[in-house]
Amino acid sequence: MGNRSETSPASAALTLRNVTKRFDGASGQVTALEDITLDVREGEFLAVVGPSGCGKSTLLSLLAGLEHTNEGEIKLGDQPVEAPGRDRLVMFQQDALFPWLNVLENVLFGLRLKPDLTEAERLESARYYLNLVGLGSKEKARPHELSGGMRQRVALARSLAPNPRVLLMDEPFSALDALTREQLYGDLQEIFTKRKKTIVLVTHNIREAVCLGDRVVLFSPNPGRVQQVFDVNLPRPRRLNDPALANLAAEVTSALSPRLAR
Amino acid sequence: MASQLPRPVIPTLVALSLLGGWEWYVRSGRVSEVLFPAPSHVLEWFWEALLSGELLAATWVTMRRLITGFAIGAALGVPLGALCARVRWVRDTLGVLALGLQTLPSVCWVPLALLWFGIREEAVLFVVVMGTLWAVVLAVQESVLNVPPLYLRAAQTMGSNGWHLWSRVILPAALPGVLSGMKQGWAFAWRSLMAAEIFVVIVTGFGLGSLLNAGRELLRMDQVMGVMAVVMIVGLLADLIFFSPIESWLRRSRGLER
Repeated sequence: MGNRSETSPASAALTLRNVTKRFDGASGQVTALEDITLDVREGEFLAVVGPSGCGKSTLLSLLAGLEHTNEGEIKLGDQPVEAPGRDRLVMFQQDALFPWLNVLENVLFGLRLKPDLTEAERLESARYYLNLVGLGSKEKARPHELSGGMRQRVALARSLAPNPRVLLMDEPFSALDALTREQLYGDLQEIFTKRKKTIVLVTHNIREAVCLGDRVVLFSPNPGRVQQVFDVNLPRPRRLNDPALANLAAEVTSALSPRLAR
Repeated sequence: MASQLPRPVIPTLVALSLLGGWEWYVRSGRVSEVLFPAPSHVLEWFWEALLSGELLAATWVTMRRLITGFAIGAALGVPLGALCARVRWVRDTLGVLALGLQTLPSVCWVPLALLWFGIREEAVLFVVVMGTLWAVVLAVQESVLNVPPLYLRAAQTMGSNGWHLWSRVILPAALPGVLSGMKQGWAFAWRSLMAAEIFVVIVTGFGLGSLLNAGRELLRMDQVMGVMAVVMIVGLLADLIFFSPIESWLRRSRGLER
């Protein structure tokens, strides 16, 4: 299974070939991911969904270069992924904003690591993305003065501003309340449609995955494997309560756990 | 009733009545003025010493030593503490040594310092540095080790590493802990400097400790008590003017307190 999503390497932003990742646990070695083969197409929004323990967060750490594979290969374009890099920025479950910097400085942090930009260009870019996430008026605020949803928006701006080739999202909405979450789904889809970024989103929320992803990759746990890949051919912007979306989510749910299917 | 008064009223009344009681007790002749001078005499000494310039000169000498020693201790302590946090074997050696030496009151260094440096300014500085250094090393080590890994991961994915990661992420994140380590180092330095100045007559400068010791030798307890009060006030002022404002600004700006 999963093979039907294979594409030619030319159009793939990220390619994973037979990736296996093991950790040393208290009771011997644990295989977090086993034999993952997957392509993420250029400009695609790929949602990876699965129950906890299916290794989806590990997958993201591997893509980010924060962890290394035991077997197999990950490539960004034709370059092997070996270390963290600006071409793959990560949005974490918690916002990871730096409390000693204000909102604007946080967004500038990644931009200042790009030597080819002038300071004026950095400022312009930071303000552009802050406006894009609707926080243009908050640039002087400190992270702790913002709500959880606003902080994640700043984190989104911070990840987008250096214009990475791939945006990696590690359950960035899971700590937010339902209302804020839905708002951010809307914002993110708008930005995605506008900027055509390659995005990999990891989540345990199936509705979220179906709402945001062009494709939904379902992982099964112990060890983490690709169970099934779903194409989501619904027009954007998608609404969480759209019946077609709900149907597809139910389909994914029943694939994940047949007992839950009605 | 009490809750309707402005807050400083009661402490002021208590302080005034304590001082008044003390004054009255000494003046009533129940205790020798030589052993136990009245507050008015202490104040008198304070005024005279202030006018003659003696007190300011001594305070200046002491502050100069303290600030120099503290600056050296902190300047050495920050990189050493960072190294302890970064390199495991340094932590297992220097870090453990620091833990041991921190429990040693730094006045214990006085005999060695005198032997190594002679009765000179360097000896006093050495004792002050030994008082500051280890507290700072340990505080920096602890606060660097406690930097949330999430910050590091986020910074690394944005392309930060090496010196940039240290200067822009690790040290700023560790700053509140580093600052409280410095505050502790300052308190240790202050204590050790007083001890050194009282025990050793340093010919290169007559500090507050020396002034206190001179009072002892002249059997002038008003001077001893006066210097004690000055030492206390200087310590309090350092905290009120320097450390506390920085600390509370730091905490407020990060949302750690209102």
